[in-house]
Amino acid sequence: MKLATLKELNTERAARRPVILVTDTASGEQRLVKATDFAADPLSAELSKQLRMGKSGNVEVGGKKLFLNVYAPTARMVIVGAVHISQALVPLARSLGYDVTVVDPRTAFASPERFPDVPLIAEWPDVALPPLNIDHYTAFVALTHDPKIDDPALLHAFARDCFYIGALGSRKTHAKRAERLKAHGATDADIARIHAPIGLSIGAVSPSEIAVSIMAEITATLRLPKEHKEAAA
Amino acid sequence: MLDRDEDILKAAEDWQKAGHGVALATVVETWGSAPRPAGSNLVINDDGTFLGSVSGGCVEGAVVAEAMDVIESGKPKMLEFGVADETAWNVGLSCGGTIRVFVEKVG
Repeated sequence: MKLATLKELNTERAARRPVILVTDTASGEQRLVKATDFAADPLSAELSKQLRMGKSGNVEVGGKKLFLNVYAPTARMVIVGAVHISQALVPLARSLGYDVTVVDPRTAFASPERFPDVPLIAEWPDVALPPLNIDHYTAFVALTHDPKIDDPALLHAFARDCFYIGALGSRKTHAKRAERLKAHGATDADIARIHAPIGLSIGAVSPSEIAVSIMAEITATLRLPKEHKEAAA
Repeated sequence: MLDRDEDILKAAEDWQKAGHGVALATVVETWGSAPRPAGSNLVINDDGTFLGSVSGGCVEGAVVAEAMDVIESGKPKMLEFGVADETAWNVGLSCGGTIRVFVEKVG
């Protein structure tokens, strides 16, 4: 690997931008494909498939055996609401490899006793969220059920293009929320990105079961190609 | 996306800048039960210092030895380890899988 390629790879990784390193394993020839160049690349279909699966693998193109090494940022989860469901969701998300942060301005909820050893920020979303540098590789979950907290948090998630945005609340609650968010400048496309009621429909009752349904929905959003997502939702 | 990686590639860059010979080993293919998935990296410098892993510790020693040759020659190598391989008796994967590891020089 050329030093310039390694430098470029490290720069992209530090900036949390996905890259794929394409190596001809017979000759050692290499090229680095950045996120912005995926669509125009001759291997576009293969690259996007590997990226979606977060998996490195081999392809054969024109008699050449190419190894596609996917370097994608670590997924993060931001949970707004230090509620009972969150207590179950934190360890679940971590076991799936997510870096988890919990935000809730209500100190009675956001206590270290309730959330030991997880980054916990007892601040309002406008203070807590900007320093987190939330990006596309973030699953964003709003669970407080309190518009004063969830609404500004969701507006932030739209702006940061999170790959998953979910919010707790019934259809009725969600309809009211949609009206409020639109009054704050959210578009119909923004509203359509919210998974609400949150989680896959698996008949979840307990907080832990709801956490499982949320985690399953996030996984489906991450892994399934676009056309299959409606079927899973 | 879900792979946690301590920053071994940054270490490789730093070693190279500090004047070390550096090699990068990458798992490119696995069969059966292999401890580390394709794409996993191990970086090695000419001191024999290494970071990361291509297996659960079963074949790293052999990869490091081969990496020394690669740093010397500058030519990439493809290594294969597994139960069917002769070397398996020496440095085989206890899990019974097979892996192919691509080793290349950095710089």
